[in-house]
Amino acid sequence: MMNWTAISVTLQLATLTAMVLLLVGLPIAYWVSFSRWRWKFLVESVVALPLVLPPTVLGFYILVAIGPHSPIGRLYTDLVGHPLPFTFEGLLIASVLYSLPFAVQPFAAAFDQVDRRLIEASWTLGVSRAGTFFKLILPMSVAGVVTGFVLSFAHTLGEFGVVLMVGGNIEGVTRTVSIDIYDEVQALNYAGAAKTALFLLVVSYLILLSVYAMNRKVWAVWPQK
Amino acid sequence: MAAEMIMDIRKAFSGGFTVDARLTAALGASTVLILFGPSGSGKTTILRCLAGLERPEAGRIRFISRTWFDAEQAIDVPPQERGVGYMSQDYSLFPTYSVAGNIRFGLGELKADERQRRVAESLALLKLQGLEQFKPGQLSGGQQQRVALARAVARRPQLLLLDEPLSALDAPTRTHLRSELRALLKQLAVPSVVVTHDWTEALVLGDQMAVIHEGRVLQTGTPQEVFNRPNGEAVARIVGIETALEGRVIESSGGLMTVDVEGTKLIALGEDEVGPDVFVCIRAEDVVLEPVGAGTTSARNHLAGQVQEVQSLGALVRVTIDCGFLLSAVVTRAAVEDLRLSPGTPVTASMKAGAVHLVPRRDVATVVTA
Repeated sequence: MMNWTAISVTLQLATLTAMVLLLVGLPIAYWVSFSRWRWKFLVESVVALPLVLPPTVLGFYILVAIGPHSPIGRLYTDLVGHPLPFTFEGLLIASVLYSLPFAVQPFAAAFDQVDRRLIEASWTLGVSRAGTFFKLILPMSVAGVVTGFVLSFAHTLGEFGVVLMVGGNIEGVTRTVSIDIYDEVQALNYAGAAKTALFLLVVSYLILLSVYAMNRKVWAVWPQK
Repeated sequence: MAAEMIMDIRKAFSGGFTVDARLTAALGASTVLILFGPSGSGKTTILRCLAGLERPEAGRIRFISRTWFDAEQAIDVPPQERGVGYMSQDYSLFPTYSVAGNIRFGLGELKADERQRRVAESLALLKLQGLEQFKPGQLSGGQQQRVALARAVARRPQLLLLDEPLSALDAPTRTHLRSELRALLKQLAVPSVVVTHDWTEALVLGDQMAVIHEGRVLQTGTPQEVFNRPNGEAVARIVGIETALEGRVIESSGGLMTVDVEGTKLIALGEDEVGPDVFVCIRAEDVVLEPVGAGTTSARNHLAGQVQEVQSLGALVRVTIDCGFLLSAVVTRAAVEDLRLSPGTPVTASMKAGAVHLVPRRDVATVVTA
């Protein structure tokens, strides 16, 4: 028997994470791609950190950062009335940070591919920088933007360590599919775990299939510098 | 009224290359100013500074009564507000937009009907009707160039900036489009600055010309003046052509053309489409000097004249000969001694028909097609 509640929580989390990353990731990627600041690599390295950090380390720092003893945590508690850790919102913040490179890197790679002379041509045609982004750069980067969106969605589906650290394991709120599988295995319910695991495997495969089909000949995850 | 352009800019690049260009030009309604120089001379950088795409470190740029750039006053008008039409060497057409979409791209602030009118007007001007829905990738090089021009002029710029407008085309297309571009630039009644390293383009397109070398403006004047009277060895070497004369084709048969230059007839190789009014261009190193009465040679042109001036260029010597018009020749020092060349010496100047280059020189009225 599959845990549909866990699947529903996971899909909501992944969808919201991908949408937030579209809003947050596009400006960051624009800056990463177009800034000529010489210390830019410092920021690029920070964005890439979640790729190499163990999820427990990332989860630990996020937990501390949003916990009741941090300024952010206190502010949130004052405004909303309850603390962030072990809530869906807290989990969403953690997911966004955890999947940040999976959105920003494909976005930035796509922006890098846009010929700078086209952008200059747009400026001399009187189109503002913002106008140039929406009329020229974004349409030319559709494949990269969709890739970043889909990859951050897929990456969120499979997160485990960060969820456990920040979200806990609350049925219907923060218990995602990967945690559910872990619970089933702990309870020696291999049949239930197998069904949910297969579900996650098929969905993830289909998502990656769509990304690679869209970016044929392109290694989708990493920027081509 | 002439549009005055004042430019005095400095910019240093890593690697030691420095642009230090001073140029003042009074540009009439359809004046074409050529920035001429070898590749790497900084002419494109100067054009980009005019467009606002490159920022000089010091100096100022004024166009008509407006300051576009002034380092001291911290003025740097962005490219969006300079009102220029800029065309880069590779045309930079937007691949995701159709021909009409490219032209419409910069017309966002106009009302829909006015925008539509401008697009139609530009399409008609550049003879692009029927290609509206094509994507840039489906067009030939010549068509792409016309789309880029249509896009640039649709906004009615007050200055056109063209970077090597013909260099991306193959040679036959280039020859054909050169005259067409000249006609268009005249028809637009917008002053333009055109970057080129090709002397035929400079002669065909230009009204004024500035020779750029190592980031500096070495000489300004009409193309003919600059070609005939380079102000120094550097300019002479860069332009390569030292005799450029107005002539008229009087006969053409079997690939040979007879051209009249101030009463003297010259034989040139040429195609029918250049004439009848031409510039006759002769490289100084293609002119052979012989004593008067020497035997016949294979060269088709033998001009009797007198040495007017002998000027040393180091190992070589420039000899100016008056043979009805002034002709420059570059010969070795030994040849000068053998022929005892000094002002007043009679001499025969010879050149092969292939060394006499004809470049079309058409009056505007005859080339503007409706």
